Amino acid sequence: MRKASTSAPDTEVRQTGQVRSLARKVAGIAVLLAGVLLAATLCFGAPASSSQIPNIFRPDSTPSDSIFRLSLLVLTITGLIFVIVFSLLAYSVVKYRRRGGDDGREPPQVYGSNQVELAWTVIPILIVLVLFLATARVIFSVQDAPKPAGAIEVIAIGHQFWWEFRYPALGVVTANELHVPVSNPANSTPTFLTLLSADTDHSFWVPQLAGKTDLIPNRSNHMWIDPHETGVYLGQCAQYCGTQHAKMLLRVYVDAPEQFRMWVEEQRKPAVMNDAAEEGRRIFETTACVNCHAVTGTVADGHFGPDLTHLMSRDTIASGAAPNTRENLRAWIQQPDSIKPGSLMPAMQLNEKDLEALTAYLETLR
Amino acid sequence: MSSESIALGTVSESARPIGERLHEWVVTVDHKRLGILYILYGLVMLVIGGIEATIMRIQLIVPHNHFVSPQVFNRMFTMHGTTMIFLVAMPILFGFGTYLIPLMIGARDMAFPRLNAFSFWMTAFGGLLLYFSFIGGNGLYGAGNAPDVGWFAYAPLTSRAFSVGHSTDFWTLALLVSGIGSIGTAVNFVATVLCMRCPGMTLGKMPLLAWLNLIMGGMVILAISPLTAAQIMLLIDRYLGGHFFDTQAGGSAVLWMHFFWIFGHPEVYILVIPAFAFASEIIPVFSRKPIFGYPVMVAATVCIGFVSFSVWAHHMFTVGMSSYGNTFFTVTSMVIAVPTGIKIFNWLGTMWGGKIDFKASMLFCAAFLFQFLIAGLTGIMLATSPFDWQLGNSYFVIAHFHYVIVGAILFTIFGAFYYWFPKMSGRMYNEALAKWHFWLFFIGFHLTFDFMHIPGILGMPRRIYTYEPGRGWEIWNLIVTIGVFFQIAGVLVFVVNLLWSLWTGEPAGNDPWDAWTLEWSTSSPPPDYDFATTPVVKSRRPLWDLKHPEDPDWKYE
Repeated sequence: MRKASTSAPDTEVRQTGQVRSLARKVAGIAVLLAGVLLAATLCFGAPASSSQIPNIFRPDSTPSDSIFRLSLLVLTITGLIFVIVFSLLAYSVVKYRRRGGDDGREPPQVYGSNQVELAWTVIPILIVLVLFLATARVIFSVQDAPKPAGAIEVIAIGHQFWWEFRYPALGVVTANELHVPVSNPANSTPTFLTLLSADTDHSFWVPQLAGKTDLIPNRSNHMWIDPHETGVYLGQCAQYCGTQHAKMLLRVYVDAPEQFRMWVEEQRKPAVMNDAAEEGRRIFETTACVNCHAVTGTVADGHFGPDLTHLMSRDTIASGAAPNTRENLRAWIQQPDSIKPGSLMPAMQLNEKDLEALTAYLETLR
Repeated sequence: MSSESIALGTVSESARPIGERLHEWVVTVDHKRLGILYILYGLVMLVIGGIEATIMRIQLIVPHNHFVSPQVFNRMFTMHGTTMIFLVAMPILFGFGTYLIPLMIGARDMAFPRLNAFSFWMTAFGGLLLYFSFIGGNGLYGAGNAPDVGWFAYAPLTSRAFSVGHSTDFWTLALLVSGIGSIGTAVNFVATVLCMRCPGMTLGKMPLLAWLNLIMGGMVILAISPLTAAQIMLLIDRYLGGHFFDTQAGGSAVLWMHFFWIFGHPEVYILVIPAFAFASEIIPVFSRKPIFGYPVMVAATVCIGFVSFSVWAHHMFTVGMSSYGNTFFTVTSMVIAVPTGIKIFNWLGTMWGGKIDFKASMLFCAAFLFQFLIAGLTGIMLATSPFDWQLGNSYFVIAHFHYVIVGAILFTIFGAFYYWFPKMSGRMYNEALAKWHFWLFFIGFHLTFDFMHIPGILGMPRRIYTYEPGRGWEIWNLIVTIGVFFQIAGVLVFVVNLLWSLWTGEPAGNDPWDAWTLEWSTSSPPPDYDFATTPVVKSRRPLWDLKHPEDPDWKYE
């Protein structure tokens, strides 16, 4: 009896201690949630000033938008499941933990319950059914969308470690920077891509325009985009393809219809012949450059590297690894590893004079 | 039946020369020693794989970092993945199975003790072969050393055109050799569980750990075979002029993907089912209740085992399957969430109404429930194939499967370690240090893997050695890397605790947790012969029956 009477206040003290530690835990969880919310705001609520930051939750094209809408449903359902199951877990952890003044007796031994088991089997099956039907609808609407008459056709070919874009109907060949016209419901001009690979597996991923699709040798894959806003959309290769997978970057320029028409016009022209850069052209055409690069209207017709006919119309070189400036061009010719170690462009070992002349020639390729 | 072991006079261990004692470990066919060898081997490899991960995270702490070259980074992620799956997770889980299955079913050893030793040494040599590539991988071409093709080694990167030298051969042979070890162990598990159970232990009265390892063993036999076949086909491609995966000669890159993932996805369940087994033993004991819904737990696991063989192409939603293909693998991948969900609810049901004692093991298991819940829910997102077109191959996927492999599997492995350490060593670990280990690792895990989801949403693909600034990825990568150091601190505390307790821990006694399965009825560590007399059981909790003769389990089962 004495034991019981002394232990009573003890238990009380312990209980207040427990309440305090519980309060501390609740506060901790609140701080954690606040942190997650803050992170979410930073991440998704940032002003949509530029499309420079890729984000799957800021879609700008029908395929990415369908995925976004589906993802909202999935996130809502999984979020609800999380809240319910986490609450049950948290409740049992707090409620059923062994107390300080435990009598050491075993709790009631419960072996199971068929009713409860049935409930938590049937309910998840129903949830899965709903999710599956919603998903199947999006799979078919995105993957099996018919190609409208006004669609632009592009063949995208993945290379180690750059992108080749061919517009067969328009007679345009370019690299790394895909130009497509903006598409609006009134005048729908989606772009349908045929994806091929020249060497290893790659994957075409511009999060705001569409989900990714792989480029696989001996196989032709298909995807489409119909960007609703003009601007530059960033992406990059999403399937490990070798040493420089990281710098196989991808830029999609969404142009206004008139702008796109002018771009095509420019790209169709043969290379500019500029007498001032005659020496550089001679060097280009008499060294290994022509084995890999093509310049329309000259002897250069290599296909291993990007077409350089309109090199200066592009903002970047080395598949987005560096801005297209004179210094970077020089560095790229002389020492590609300084920009993209492991790229397949060889160092050209030119003397200073030849390098200068060659760079000057490349700069005329507008 | 008696729960007390018979003390026999043993030769004092320290009296014999160290060479002789080491020799015994090399030639042993005792399942307990082999189990411990497996676990120690896995722990050493865990440290090596962890160092590789740390190198990657340091490289990614800021954009355009120059800590390592792209070549080194690519080798690091290949070796990290291969090491953690084949040389850490599988050996540790096999080790616990090898150690525990005979003890839990009242047997004196595995069905095939020599095969058991053979399997361990094959696995160990597989690992050595893989790591020998750092020295021998240059081959004749002077190119590459460790493999750099990624842990799933997609064709045609592995063909001779793209992988010169021998690094890919070391990878192939290492997996082939360790795969033979895995199949040997799996055969042994299945035979042991089916044939070696003590009198009275029907299939329905086995501890869940034995059940789940039986299912896992069956899955290993089915899943490792296509992997081994694929490795042989790759060798034929590389050295005998075959063109299975050689796309430049008309081979198929997608064929390799099918071969790899029909192994690769069941493999995830091969790893997580033993983790479920640990949770199914630890949660009841520390909640002081029997497992809730034992038959349903078994049925759900069998169901997972079957369905897991029909979900592999959800790793291939972006390779251009038809819409019907994508739909099929979406539905199978979602369906597997149902039995998995049932298991989570049953563990919660076990804790419900119990008196939960939060020893380190139970802490790890509670964290496992929390993390596995999240991993399952992000898994649903990835099973939704259109959502996967965005999230696949991004850092979101990396975060998702580390939630499974670290948050679920490694957490339960740590839980299992603290739970059975007294049995294996005969000594108690330091509970305070174990809790430090838990909290440090828990914080580190969440810093790293919670925030790793976000760059994936922002378009950061996996396997890039560097990234461009200004895409909103910097802050998340910084936080992720900081988390790694908490994890390292946690593991250091774990290692210190392990070594310290081995030398100075309190004697554990036979049954420190007041547990219910047969391994706690023998001494700690158990004698060579496990049980002096073969136990006879009447229920799933033989020691409960012994401790509560007035209210035994067998009256209710």
